[in-house]
Amino acid sequence: MLRKLTISAAVALGLSATGALAAGEAHVEDFDFSFEGPFGAYDQMQLQRGLQIYTEVCSACHGMERVRIGTLHDEGGPALPEDQVRAYAEMIEVYDPALEDYRAATPADKFPPSSLPEAPDLSLMAKARAGFHGPYGTGLNQLFRGMGGAEYIASILTGYEEAPECAPEDFPGSYNVAFANGGYPDSCKDEHGHHTVPGSWIAMGQPLWGDDVEFADGHSTELHHEAEDVAAFLMWAAEPKMMARKQAGLTGVIFLTILAALLYATNKRLWAPHKAAAKRKED
Amino acid sequence: MSGIPHDHYEPKGAFTKGLERRLPVLGLLYDTLMIPTPKNLNWMWIWGIVLVFALVLQIATGVVLVMHYTPHVDLAFASVEHIMRDVNGGHMIRYFHMNGASLFFIAVYAHIFRGLYYGSYKAPREVTWIIGMLIYLLMMATGFLGYVLPWGQMSFHGTAVITGLFGAIPFVGDEIQVWLLGTPNGSVGQPALNRFFSLHYLLPFVIAGLVIVHVWAFHTTGNNNPTGVDVRRGSKEEAQKDTLPFWPYFVIKDLFALAVILVVFMAIVGFMPNYLGHPDNYIPANPLATPNHIVPEWYFLPFYAILRSFTADVWAVQFANWISFGIIDAKFFGVLAMFGAIIVIALAPWLDTSSVRSGRYRPMFKWWFALLVVDFFVLMWVGAMPAEGIYPIIALIGATYWFAYFLLILPLLGIIEKPLPQPATIEDDFNAHYGKSSGTPAE
Repeated sequence: MLRKLTISAAVALGLSATGALAAGEAHVEDFDFSFEGPFGAYDQMQLQRGLQIYTEVCSACHGMERVRIGTLHDEGGPALPEDQVRAYAEMIEVYDPALEDYRAATPADKFPPSSLPEAPDLSLMAKARAGFHGPYGTGLNQLFRGMGGAEYIASILTGYEEAPECAPEDFPGSYNVAFANGGYPDSCKDEHGHHTVPGSWIAMGQPLWGDDVEFADGHSTELHHEAEDVAAFLMWAAEPKMMARKQAGLTGVIFLTILAALLYATNKRLWAPHKAAAKRKED
Repeated sequence: MSGIPHDHYEPKGAFTKGLERRLPVLGLLYDTLMIPTPKNLNWMWIWGIVLVFALVLQIATGVVLVMHYTPHVDLAFASVEHIMRDVNGGHMIRYFHMNGASLFFIAVYAHIFRGLYYGSYKAPREVTWIIGMLIYLLMMATGFLGYVLPWGQMSFHGTAVITGLFGAIPFVGDEIQVWLLGTPNGSVGQPALNRFFSLHYLLPFVIAGLVIVHVWAFHTTGNNNPTGVDVRRGSKEEAQKDTLPFWPYFVIKDLFALAVILVVFMAIVGFMPNYLGHPDNYIPANPLATPNHIVPEWYFLPFYAILRSFTADVWAVQFANWISFGIIDAKFFGVLAMFGAIIVIALAPWLDTSSVRSGRYRPMFKWWFALLVVDFFVLMWVGAMPAEGIYPIIALIGATYWFAYFLLILPLLGIIEKPLPQPATIEDDFNAHYGKSSGTPAE
């Protein structure tokens, strides 16, 4: 079910920054997300579990400043009941410039920004880090497998491994097989400067280990599942209108196909006498 | 309008007669819609209507986007996210606009290559061709300006790179760059965003105006057609044997083609709207963090490849540098090559010496043209690749062929090539085609 994909960093991130310089490889695993493909939809329970992981783990350092808390109630999202969203908002403190002080958030507020300056905001990460993206990557499979941003995030979260022996003990950061843009010790390069081990050293320490949270729905808290859930949640955060968009796309495709068929028939009928006349003249 | 003889508008009622005497707008509409059109036009003649659709789509969605967008360096990115998240239908409108640019360029490239193959640029359609190339240049400018507006990483650093190209012009480059950016030293900031926004809103209307002139020009000369043979103009009856009125024959045909293209367009917007974009542009602009690999949008890639292909170790560049006493360096040479690559397309009417219009009757031309199409895609591909290893060599070969095609092959072919016999009339071509097969559209 879960195919291991080894995509060279140049391909995986061909469009984003790295391309040229990444001499090594990074493993982006192809997770089977429910929202892939033209008919894929978010799994509401998964988004709620992801929210829980975001809240209990990620939000300690990372922010999500573009996402309005109230949208947790939206259809096509986690769809939390309104009272729960209100209760959730109250747990969050936001800075109010009018009061010049912190106060409890309301659903109309956005999630707070990152509390650590070096921790990137997570609102758009699933769109800004695409695993297999665009015409320079593996092309059309984006249609069937999604953008790959969620895969990228989940792969990073599960990509922490024991540092290889070639690296010095005190090399800064944590070794991650899925991360291509981090630091890389010279001692792990061969004589041509090529990387001998995949991935690189990421500044973020391993955030998820498995059993970090307890899910109300009893879902597995294995690392792999946790990573998948929070990546799905971040995909929703980046693309909250995905379900509406796919529905509009499908409706549009169907109606335009019907229109094309009608126009085809009209066109054929319109031209028929002139084509028939041409046939007569030629015979 | 002069051109092919045909029936003109005859107002019947008192109101239309009165209106026509005062402002012949109905007559103009009638003449435009009922224009005699060669009846053998094939499916490569549908791109005009796709282009008109794309222009209208971009203006309509753009006008709505402007209602919610804020051209400020601190607010632009957030306002785009506001459109994506809070504005009713905003995510669809923005994705239509984003992908509409790609639809526009796919159509314009098909349209240009159609013209190059069937010799649509040749006399008497040079003016149509030149105006078309102006429209294409304005489209490129508009596309680039629009890409800057979300103020993401690619917007910002792409602006620095592209305006830097103008900085490479000797003597006046720095001044031009300052004039473009509104700030000295190539720094990109609020003044650049403001003027780019202003021009991104202005240029589409300039394009719309030029489109009217473009249509006016080829309505005066009449459409080209796959044979390149002229419509007979001796009398109305003669002309009617070669043509059918634009409405309804070609309007319905073109609308059918448009509907099919829109099915694909809708699927891309609905299911993979970010397929043609850069993930980096979902990261807010950060002047301090330059992406390692700045790639322009796909529609610039062939010319971007030509720009990068002329590095300092190419002998032509070294020669230009020597003969110009160092004024033309590799960077400026690349800029000249990029604009030159577009200028040679515009000069095609005077570079092509063949008296035969359509590539269909030019046995040697066909192959060189096919190679040009391949070259275009190779350049597009290599333009997206990092400038290292084998890629610069491929780009250089591709760029060389591009110029060779226009500057050497087109002039020479007209002299050495022996063209095939052409049909005497468009009617003959139409009858020959539908005489042997039934139902399939004219090739």
